[in-house]
Amino acid sequence: MHQLESNVPAGPLAEKWDRHRMEMKLISPANRRRFNIIVIGSGLAGASASATLGELGFNIKTFCIQDSPRRAHSIAAQGGINASKNYANDGDSIWRLFYDTVKGGDFRSREANVYRLAQISSNIIDQCVAQGVPFARDYGGLLENRSFGGAQVSRTFYARGQTGQQLLLGAYGALSRQIAAGTVTMFPRHEMLDLIVKDNRACGITARNLLDGSLETHLADAVILASGGYANVFFLSTGAVSCNVSAIWQAYKKGAFFANPCFTQIHPTSLPLLSDRQMKMTLMSESLRNDGRVWIPKDPNDKRAPNDIPEKDRDYYLEEKYPTFGNLVPRDVASRNAKFQCDHGKGVGPTGRAVYLDFSDALKRDGKEVIRRKYGNLFAMYTNIVAQSPYETPMMIYPAAHYVMGGLWVDYNLMSTIPGLFVLGEANFSDHGANRLGASALMQGLGDGYFIIPYTLADFLAKNGPAGIGEDDSVCGESIQSAGLRIDRLVSINGKRTVDDIHRQLGKILEDYVGLARNENGLQTAINQIRELREEFWNNVKVPAITDSYCLNLQKAGRLADYLELGELLAQDALERRESCGAHLREESESDEGEAIRDDKNFCHVSAWEYTGDESAPKLHKEPLVFENIQLTQRSYK
Amino acid sequence: MNKHNYIKVTLKVWRQKGPDQPGRLETIEVPDVDTHNSLLEMLDHLNGQRILDGKEPIEFDNDCREGICGTCGAVVNGIPHGPGKEKTLCQLHMREFSDGDVIVIEPFRARAFKLVKDLMVDRTPLEKIIQAGGYISARTGGAPDGNSIPIAQEIAEEAMDAAACIGCGACVAACPNASAMLFISGKVSQLALLPQGKPEARTRVLSMLKQMDSCGFGNCSNHRACENACPKGISIRHIARFNREFIKASIFGRSRNIA
Repeated sequence: MHQLESNVPAGPLAEKWDRHRMEMKLISPANRRRFNIIVIGSGLAGASASATLGELGFNIKTFCIQDSPRRAHSIAAQGGINASKNYANDGDSIWRLFYDTVKGGDFRSREANVYRLAQISSNIIDQCVAQGVPFARDYGGLLENRSFGGAQVSRTFYARGQTGQQLLLGAYGALSRQIAAGTVTMFPRHEMLDLIVKDNRACGITARNLLDGSLETHLADAVILASGGYANVFFLSTGAVSCNVSAIWQAYKKGAFFANPCFTQIHPTSLPLLSDRQMKMTLMSESLRNDGRVWIPKDPNDKRAPNDIPEKDRDYYLEEKYPTFGNLVPRDVASRNAKFQCDHGKGVGPTGRAVYLDFSDALKRDGKEVIRRKYGNLFAMYTNIVAQSPYETPMMIYPAAHYVMGGLWVDYNLMSTIPGLFVLGEANFSDHGANRLGASALMQGLGDGYFIIPYTLADFLAKNGPAGIGEDDSVCGESIQSAGLRIDRLVSINGKRTVDDIHRQLGKILEDYVGLARNENGLQTAINQIRELREEFWNNVKVPAITDSYCLNLQKAGRLADYLELGELLAQDALERRESCGAHLREESESDEGEAIRDDKNFCHVSAWEYTGDESAPKLHKEPLVFENIQLTQRSYK
Repeated sequence: MNKHNYIKVTLKVWRQKGPDQPGRLETIEVPDVDTHNSLLEMLDHLNGQRILDGKEPIEFDNDCREGICGTCGAVVNGIPHGPGKEKTLCQLHMREFSDGDVIVIEPFRARAFKLVKDLMVDRTPLEKIIQAGGYISARTGGAPDGNSIPIAQEIAEEAMDAAACIGCGACVAACPNASAMLFISGKVSQLALLPQGKPEARTRVLSMLKQMDSCGFGNCSNHRACENACPKGISIRHIARFNREFIKASIFGRSRNIA
């Protein structure tokens, strides 16, 4: 069966990518138009890949679920994008960005991939500026920077608290240009329901037109999945309603190994839960931790309003415990500490599951106008939801599921274990290890789409030629038939529970047993409960039988069916990984202060799971992680 | 944050099965609305009950639920995105309403926006306007260093103000002429302010305007309802800048052919 070959080029780390680009095969401009590529997803990774490949002359078909590519959830990213420009003159370099990212990932990512990302990070900023992305500027007119968690340098470029929006609109502009030029055909309101694989090569998809329910075959010489992350498996996450695992899950079932599914990131600063009918969690950008100070009352019985609690009665627990990084410790460290305090009865807010993020010092120091310029939109969002103003009283925040480091396994060329299937952005596993640092997701999505896939895809096509399959091939009809059968089954169950109700329950199981802290018993319990819930779903869900016009509930049913399978794999992966690393905390492998203790001897590898059937256990493959350029250390942010 | 408050409201929601089907306002009593919830969360909860009762759920576009993707939008009691300034529909919370209120919810109406189903409309014309030139032609890979052209901070801030448009179409819905002027001005203004946008400035404004006209949007007669409805607070001074760009371009420039 398949052996995991990372295909990392030989040679010194700093030369690998340049050498690879020299050695990879090209496709001449005149020949590119003979190749058809499918891109699933129009976020940062999907839009940048579609636009760049279209510019190069390939024929692209890009699919997105929403009514426009500009709706992808990349639009919601707030805080910023990292690059190793060292404009701040405070000691940054490609090496340091690489090192911070690998360390932030707790030494569970592939060295060469991360180095390459650090290397191309500067090109990304240049490209965005050229597209007219309105990054913040200092008084002299040069690009402004700020700090993010896990770094002691200021390397993050931003556009107010709307960086994701502006970066996506830059890529969307480039994509729009190619749509007008005819190199990219856009299929909005289309959802990929199945991957078509023939003779061990990805060669197309079955897509559903969400407006009229019709199923369509689309063929290609290569398929790129840029469908984002699966944090929404927790139901209450910072994701959008349509965020799903389905595209990569279908690929998993066709042979694409799924790597490190249990590496899920719980972001420390989200608004706490206010109602049991709430449908999502609202993120407050990590950039707020540049100026906000995290604290709780020293005395758990202190119920005074925060502004009435004097300094001496406040516990600034992050600054106390981590003098070097203070409030800017990486996300997993911040989240765990918040949970720790709340578990010990020291939380604030109506549910006791919140901590304060206080801006009074920054407001006194810099003035309201400066703070408004940096965070205005975030403060407005907070006020709108909570009916309190962060200009006057500390914010209440609590961790929420936000991002996933896990995803489909890819090699150095971003190709999965299915030849011809490439995976970009959050949908793949590669660069963030066991914990992603802030402002690096935007960097990865654009890096993958603008500067990596155009090279590696051309090399693949040059070596393998066209896929050579037609719509009359039996695999196409089989794929449409199986997708159709699943829809028929979903609408025929006619049970007594709604999709959202079951999804909420799945989220609760995961939050309780597979969330910030995991243990052997809890994980086994989660696996059992998820299996039962899945059974319940297929016997008792009620989905309206509206298949020939737009029906969001039917779409959500299909996505939940996949989440109910992913959830089990996630728990299984967490169970298998009997160590703590990054965002994956096993209580059995935890220091007295709640820090993750890795087991490098037994677990310094990528866990890549192979599907063996719906009723059988997946098979675990391990890609050993070898660090030739970095010394593994116990992460410390003290 | 207060304890939970439950109120009773009466919804009158637009229902329409498809673009060529007749539509009507359906009256629905909702007896137990949690005022902590957003209006869309209320609709989700209502839809859950309707599904269990065998009734068709109310379809409405939505995604991020945090006011940035521009997917959601409806006219609530006559106001695009509902009462309150600078919020999208998904950010409208039920604490804005009182026990016993009647809430009328209708889709965005404009000749250019064909109705899809219930509260969903087709905003593809906005895509077409962007495709006609709402970008800078910057091929991937050839960009100079990001700091090679300094941009005054106030220019960068003004460009960011204009760039904040989320493409929701509320401006079109609010305008008595169903003009997309605020939408087009946001993009043209952003790219006119930034030095990188200068090479294509003339072609851009003329091509985008031509596309906007051919999509069936109305003309601007300075009502300012758009600015009032915009969830991101985009100012009509960007329309003024657009008009100036148009005049400059009309004298010296030409538009591209549009497919």
